[in-house]
Amino acid sequence: MITRRVQYELIARAAGPLLMTINRWQGDLKRAVRRVTGRGPARKAAPFGPPLESTRKLKDLMTMHYLTGRYADGAVPVAWVTSGFPVEILRPSGFFTVYPENHGAVCAVRRMVPELSEAVEKQGYSRDLCAYARCDLGSVVTGKTPAGRLPRPDLLACCTNICQTVLYWYRALAEHFKVPLVLVDTPFVYGEAKPHHLQYVRDQLHELRTVAERVSGNHVAPEELEEILKVSLAGTRLWDACLKTGRTKPSPWTGFDSFIHLAPIVSMRGTEECNAYYRILLDELQDRARRGVPGIANERVRLLWDNLPIWFNLRELATLLAEHGFNFVCTTYTNAWAEAGGLIDPADPEGSATRAYIHVILNRDLPNKLRTMKRMCTEYDVQGAILHSDRSCKPYSIGQIDLKDRLAQELGIKALILEACHADQRAYASEQGEMRIRAFMESFDQATPS
Amino acid sequence: MSDAAKAVALGVDAGSTTWKAVAIDATGAIVASLVEPAEPRIGAQTERAVAVLRTQAGADAAVPLGATGYGRKRVAAARSLTEITCHARGAFARMRRPGVLIDVGGQDTKVIRIGAAGDVADFSMNDKCAAGTGRFLEVILGRLHVPLGEVAAFAARAERSVLVSSTCTVFAESEVVSLVAEGQPVEGIVKGLHAALASRVAALAGTMPQDGGVFMSGGVALNPAMVEALAGALGRRVEIVPDPQLVGALGAALAVRP
Repeated sequence: MITRRVQYELIARAAGPLLMTINRWQGDLKRAVRRVTGRGPARKAAPFGPPLESTRKLKDLMTMHYLTGRYADGAVPVAWVTSGFPVEILRPSGFFTVYPENHGAVCAVRRMVPELSEAVEKQGYSRDLCAYARCDLGSVVTGKTPAGRLPRPDLLACCTNICQTVLYWYRALAEHFKVPLVLVDTPFVYGEAKPHHLQYVRDQLHELRTVAERVSGNHVAPEELEEILKVSLAGTRLWDACLKTGRTKPSPWTGFDSFIHLAPIVSMRGTEECNAYYRILLDELQDRARRGVPGIANERVRLLWDNLPIWFNLRELATLLAEHGFNFVCTTYTNAWAEAGGLIDPADPEGSATRAYIHVILNRDLPNKLRTMKRMCTEYDVQGAILHSDRSCKPYSIGQIDLKDRLAQELGIKALILEACHADQRAYASEQGEMRIRAFMESFDQATPS
Repeated sequence: MSDAAKAVALGVDAGSTTWKAVAIDATGAIVASLVEPAEPRIGAQTERAVAVLRTQAGADAAVPLGATGYGRKRVAAARSLTEITCHARGAFARMRRPGVLIDVGGQDTKVIRIGAAGDVADFSMNDKCAAGTGRFLEVILGRLHVPLGEVAAFAARAERSVLVSSTCTVFAESEVVSLVAEGQPVEGIVKGLHAALASRVAALAGTMPQDGGVFMSGGVALNPAMVEALAGALGRRVEIVPDPQLVGALGAALAVRP
């Protein structure tokens, strides 16, 4: 335990930062050599605007996160957590948190999901299950991960506010790791949450505090929890401010950038490192907005994206759209981490966390989603929307045909439903997908034909 | 050739089953056309056939070429547009009014809502399997040894339609084998296949408001049994766009017309 702790602290405080610094120097050196000699791979600018400088810091931050994670088990308590879990309750107990969904996105970007998924499909898991779940379970079974190694959990923390699949997925993890599973069950909200719904969730959060203390062995003073909530709220507000720079014309970044820069608010929410990063990103975005530096070179048509991204096809899709002057300036997915978190009130930890986590977009009815989309369409002044019908995320995809029709009828927004999967490229027909997107873009450019 | 009939633009629709091309005059009328089975080497086929068309229409190399269809990227020196845009343009040019256009192609089925200005107001396509496409009919009719040219006659002779429950091309093929083995009449099975395909297409069309006309383009529109089955499934009259097979190529030509 002591050895592991020393190793962990050494990585987190000395070796890791040193590695990042060396990496940065190497990068700077390469760029300087390129500038002087004019050799080497020139960065392909068009059809995008100048790249965000913050991205390098994001890479450092996430690399450090996964690097320290390799040495976390045995050194500090480790929890594996769903993306919508009220993680603020766990943080004061000193948990290192792993987000299998974020890890799944990394696997998807590296196009590793089919390989990991097949490992558990052989065990009988259906290909119809969420690709994140299959990928995570496959990574656990095979030990393969682009992160090098994921720390073994001491606690599994699952909240049903994003879907019901997480419950069965985390039960499978609990069975595998033989560790406790805490469940925060959030009743689906039609309209507004009823008092008994709030009480039901609040009771679970109260119980969660006890479990967190027991598993970690760390007693938490009330002011420590309040402090974490303050940090979390500040992080949410910073992320919200970053997203809102997309209202500027042209937008200083793209929705695809926002998918990438989402990682800290998902997996490091409630930490100072997360907030420090978003201060840097916000400064850069606001500066770009002021100076008119665009996310794509020629922003002609502004779009909204609904649902998770298609991680394995992110670059191709971004390029195809940008080449024709189409830019995602807002997405309901990235907005989800800016919206409900704003309900956090450090003075009322359990009560406000209950309200925040029960009111996430996926745990609310379709009228709420329509209202959110309409508000975003207006505030970001978009002309079109792409609704990703995600084979791996049914709760997010249900009702999209109606949403599409209502956006067209009520706001004159042209919308396309694009069938794909957020992580498993076997479920995406790229030729057909590209054809649909091209047809969608052409429909904005039609002169009155004869 | 008179001035009015002088070709001002060419359009190619390199589909998965059939290769089509038209030459149009300044009024948008078709002055020459070609329809051939699609060859695996689309680029070579296009080069040869476009040369033939240019000769037929008296169109020199300066006459612009528009291309659509799955092979459009293999058509050299052409402006490339999707079938959605081209079918809408071609159909609107012929029908002169808004409506819902159904194009049952070899590889996919498209339902396009054409707006009042001839624009694509909305569209929907079958998902990535072959169910609901022309290929569905082609594969299963091949299994039944029914020539494509005689399909409508076969269906017309059927005393009753035999239910083909699966719309998956692969499963339907094995289902049809079983039906034949049970002694079901081929004519009834052919009629049943049309009903199965029509119900699939109607479900796709059902996602769009059908307040205007319902039009049909593509090679499958030349099959009266399919048009009848589709009208039955939709409960609406289905109007065939003139020269239905050429609608995509016409749209591609209109898009590049000077």
